[in-house]
Amino acid sequence: MNKMILTGLTIICLLVMMAVFAPFLSKYDYKEQNILERLQPPSAKHLMGTDEYGRDVFTRMLYGARISMSVGLIAVLISAFIGIILGAISGYFGGVIDNIIMRFVDIVLTIPTLFLILMLVVFLGPSIFNIMFIIGLTSWTDIARIMRAEVMKLKKAEFVDAARLIGLRNRNIIIKHILPNALSPVFVYMTFGISGAILIESGLSFLGLGVQPPEPSWGNILTAGKDYIHSAWWMVAYPGLAIFLSVFGFNMLGEGLRDYLNPKIRKENL
Amino acid sequence: MKNYIFKRIILLIPMLIGITLITFIIIHLTPGEFTKINMQMDTRASPDSLARLRQLYGLDKPLHVQYFEWLKRFIKLDFGESFIDNRPVMDKILERLPATLLLNIISLFLIFSFGIIIGVTSAVRRNSFYDRLMMIFTFIGYSMPAFWLALILMLFFGVKLELLPISGMKSIDFEEMNFFEKIFDILSHLILPVFVTSFGGLAYISRYVKSSMVDTLSQQYIKAAYAKGLPEKKVIYRCALKNSLLPLITLLGLSLPGLIGGSFIFETIFAWPGMGRLAYEAAMSFDYPVIMGVVTIAAFLTILGNLIADVLYAVVDPRIRYK
Repeated sequence: MNKMILTGLTIICLLVMMAVFAPFLSKYDYKEQNILERLQPPSAKHLMGTDEYGRDVFTRMLYGARISMSVGLIAVLISAFIGIILGAISGYFGGVIDNIIMRFVDIVLTIPTLFLILMLVVFLGPSIFNIMFIIGLTSWTDIARIMRAEVMKLKKAEFVDAARLIGLRNRNIIIKHILPNALSPVFVYMTFGISGAILIESGLSFLGLGVQPPEPSWGNILTAGKDYIHSAWWMVAYPGLAIFLSVFGFNMLGEGLRDYLNPKIRKENL
Repeated sequence: MKNYIFKRIILLIPMLIGITLITFIIIHLTPGEFTKINMQMDTRASPDSLARLRQLYGLDKPLHVQYFEWLKRFIKLDFGESFIDNRPVMDKILERLPATLLLNIISLFLIFSFGIIIGVTSAVRRNSFYDRLMMIFTFIGYSMPAFWLALILMLFFGVKLELLPISGMKSIDFEEMNFFEKIFDILSHLILPVFVTSFGGLAYISRYVKSSMVDTLSQQYIKAAYAKGLPEKKVIYRCALKNSLLPLITLLGLSLPGLIGGSFIFETIFAWPGMGRLAYEAAMSFDYPVIMGVVTIAAFLTILGNLIADVLYAVVDPRIRYK
């Protein structure tokens, strides 16, 4: 275990705990407005101050963690699902099937991803569900490529020949014998994917196209705060910090895992 | 080699058709539509006038007819006219291009020069304090939400210190300035956007250079150079550097689409009048011809960038050429 994995995991665990135990960590409701206490600076009563409607920012941050991180996680699970299946089929069968799938990947890769996401969100409307699916449906291409390369390497291995010799069906060979061995580089990519998706959601929020208020996401808390940046710094500072920390944590974890799984580097660090 | 390039150029055609077809389908099969958005604002509009409006913009024809009409014009490099102001899409794009190019060429230059310096020096002093510090520094840039950093910098340098302009590319009194003042004005508007774009991109290049350099330093010919008694500086900067920078050519090719396409998030924050903002405005107002134009050009540049990268790489690295 190296330091990067440890740092990343610590940060992620803290944020996940915040998200899971949100109702126990704060006595306020994230939607409850209190106009008398609007734009209060951080105090013992409101740890991170209050926003323009007098809502407790700390509470909104906790519930925002739930939404921002689940957008990241679910988007990546969707893209991994598509990428792994297409990549595995492409790598295992080769030939015409491989050619068709890979040309399709080339085409999708060529359309600027962020703009494709923007376009789809504008056309379909920005709901949490849409955003997860749109990010997932547009970012599977790299996973498909990684998966294909792994499967192509593995299908020449002796244990796959052995599985074929005892008469297993293709589907079973892929799912039971090749997949478990091919997944580790995909996992590394997925951790980067989560941080990427969190950043994309917050970027969309910044343009008013992310998760829509009053549902809180780190991105839209920050965006609301942008108009009060001169008087209420806490509305901008904390959500920005949370986005940064989560992205930093997942990137650290990904980077650490990549080193850990790369035998060349691992030997050197031991 | 010639054959290879020729084959790649021929492949461009089906790729472009595929890309424009996918974009076209997305535009037309999703629920929102340009005419409907316009109609929503006018409560007196009847279904009849909606139909007439659709006819006016050619949206009433069957999809495949619309696509072929678009394709026919595209062959003549005509992207049609914007729905919003009826100006040719090509003019709108060309008008936005200089701002994006200016911003991105400077950022790309900074990213590559600092990325190379950080990458090489960290590779040479691997696992030292300096190496770790640089890694964390570039990592912070990579993980920082750009618009947050931009907001903080705008608040600090623009509002608190009143040192730098916070948005746009020119001051209001730009037209009355003399030549040097004009240059200075644009430069001062460039500082914040350039910093934010470069800081984020640094990690990628420096990491790439570092791992390539580490790889090169472990090669046999480097050991041979040491064994021959060459001083360390010469070994590193003469023998290793050249070889480890070769793969960067690929990255240079791959950054071509970003160079011209711009980023709509950056450009929106800084109100930078570039391509990214044009794309954003087009998507927000359902301006189909402009969307198609922007996507087609971006896709074309991506393919071209890949091609240039592969060809250049083969030109500088004989090991690849002869495979």
